[in-house]
Amino acid sequence: MGVGRAHSVALLGLDGALVEIEADTARGLPAFVLVGLPDTALGEAKARVRSAIGNTEFDFPAGRVTINLSPASLPKTGAAFDLGIALALLAAEGLVDPASVAGVVHLGELGLDGRMRPSRGVLPMVLAAERAGFDTVLVPAGNADEAALVPGMRVVSVASLRDAAIWHGAELEHLEVEPLLPAPAPDAEPELGDLADVVGNRDAVEAVQVAAAGGHHMFLLGPPGAGKTMIAARLPGILPDLDERAALEVSSIRSLAGIPVGRSLATRPPLEAPHHSASSAAIVGGGSGVIRPGAAARAAHGILFLDEAPEFAPTALDSLRQPLESGVITISRVSATASFPARFQLVLAANPCPCGNAGVRDAECTCTPFARRRYLGRLSGPLLDRVDIQLDVPRVTAAQLRMAAEAPVTTSDAARARVLEARARTAARLAGAPWRLNAHAPGTWLRTDGAPHPGSTASLDRALERGALTMRGYDRVLRIAWTLADLDGVDRPGLEQIGRALYLRKAAT
Amino acid sequence: MAAKDELGRRGERLAEQYLEARGYRLIERNWRCRHGEIDLVMRGGDVIAFVEVKTRTSTAFGHPLEAITPVKLARMRRLAGLWREAHPDERGRIRIDAVAVLAPRDHAPSIDHLVGVF
Repeated sequence: MGVGRAHSVALLGLDGALVEIEADTARGLPAFVLVGLPDTALGEAKARVRSAIGNTEFDFPAGRVTINLSPASLPKTGAAFDLGIALALLAAEGLVDPASVAGVVHLGELGLDGRMRPSRGVLPMVLAAERAGFDTVLVPAGNADEAALVPGMRVVSVASLRDAAIWHGAELEHLEVEPLLPAPAPDAEPELGDLADVVGNRDAVEAVQVAAAGGHHMFLLGPPGAGKTMIAARLPGILPDLDERAALEVSSIRSLAGIPVGRSLATRPPLEAPHHSASSAAIVGGGSGVIRPGAAARAAHGILFLDEAPEFAPTALDSLRQPLESGVITISRVSATASFPARFQLVLAANPCPCGNAGVRDAECTCTPFARRRYLGRLSGPLLDRVDIQLDVPRVTAAQLRMAAEAPVTTSDAARARVLEARARTAARLAGAPWRLNAHAPGTWLRTDGAPHPGSTASLDRALERGALTMRGYDRVLRIAWTLADLDGVDRPGLEQIGRALYLRKAAT
Repeated sequence: MAAKDELGRRGERLAEQYLEARGYRLIERNWRCRHGEIDLVMRGGDVIAFVEVKTRTSTAFGHPLEAITPVKLARMRRLAGLWREAHPDERGRIRIDAVAVLAPRDHAPSIDHLVGVF
């Protein structure tokens, strides 16, 4: 008889809020009431907790049991509150030490036999617990590796409710149970292929290195078989490793999306390549009760590759405009508003027309002019406006293939070293600035402190006067030029860098 | 008489003794009408308590109180009204109580009295 307290975490997007679980057992007709905006899965905790407590040699309280999850107005979802509810109840009955239960955060779903089941999103929950000032967390054995990724947190792995109760001072005998484990994480990252595999397309190889060094979005336009997909798939391989904060965010999103996290933080940038039938909810995330991350959030700090971009639903493509601008995806639903990090690098690939042969030498395009226009018109102007590099990828000719055999090849390792060097130069130059990559440089800076060598912008100015380039396009060329300068190791972009930067936007005109 | 009815009678007697020992006075036992039965009607001060008694020999099929469902409580409430109609002279506030009698075969019974369960 009395009130027991425990703590758990409710997730909203990647942000966790601390939830206090109060359990009151009082005299009265037997009843089990759970209040505090539970969803269906959480409401069913009643059945799980009752069985788990019964199967752990405890008597379920005979009177009226009330569980309150506070703050009451915050919607709570999922089964990860089970352990906290069970222990708050045992604390209310005096079967475990109430002070010990109140002092740690409990996460995990209970099985009917009292064993702990692994849950989704344990990593961001443990992060939230750490931010809320807790230093100890009880997690299911199946999530222990994931929880241990949070530095400075004491993680207690429990295989069953019995283990947890014993840890909190219950007088029970230890009983070895087989812990429930999640599906094992793949040992190695999937093989992405080496940049050396790309034959003949020197421009494209250069373009991916520029994209990687400056964080520029990229649009590859070319006929089928030109190697667009091959080139795009090699971009993650030449990006630098993630820093600790980014790695934690990437792993947190994986945890939330139900992808195995493994024993160590993700160090390589993720690659997400959704199919072109994806809806806008699949791209940005959504769901009515639980708000889940979409492909764009899973691609945060990595690459979002949209192959056959014009085949995507226009609403799906345009839903990317806001995250491209702000680096954050905000999803609003009736119950709550969740936000996910979404600073990804966008890579679009498209054929020039539905049949794919427009502009190809020795091949005939069978599309009507109208069909051709409409095809690329599906990529909206505002979206393409945000893409810095727009490159034509032609089919490789026999002559290029012969020449490529003699020319030196660029391997992914060499390219990554070059990218790292360029990024180091960028970082040194932008030490005091709020942005870290050339792609994020604001236009005012590009035209004042960041202006290229005087007199080198003549070709650019001409393009602007002709109307071949908008003012925004002008800024984009300058950003690419800065990345080229960093790759070349020069202090400030000159005539050469601007010329090459213009070339990397030629598909736009 | 079947064994379960025997047990029920015994439980009701035990409950009655238990309540009388605590200052309640019996007004009526097993009052019936065509809507059902009230196990005990007791008076304690200015309160008339309508008591539902549940007896079990073990908790193997749950605690006796778990057998008192919302439907049964609603019926008690209705019966209490009918009883008042039939006994216009009895005055006082009405209250619905539940008594659980756990009477194992070879142990002393344990009795649990819940006040005002509806």
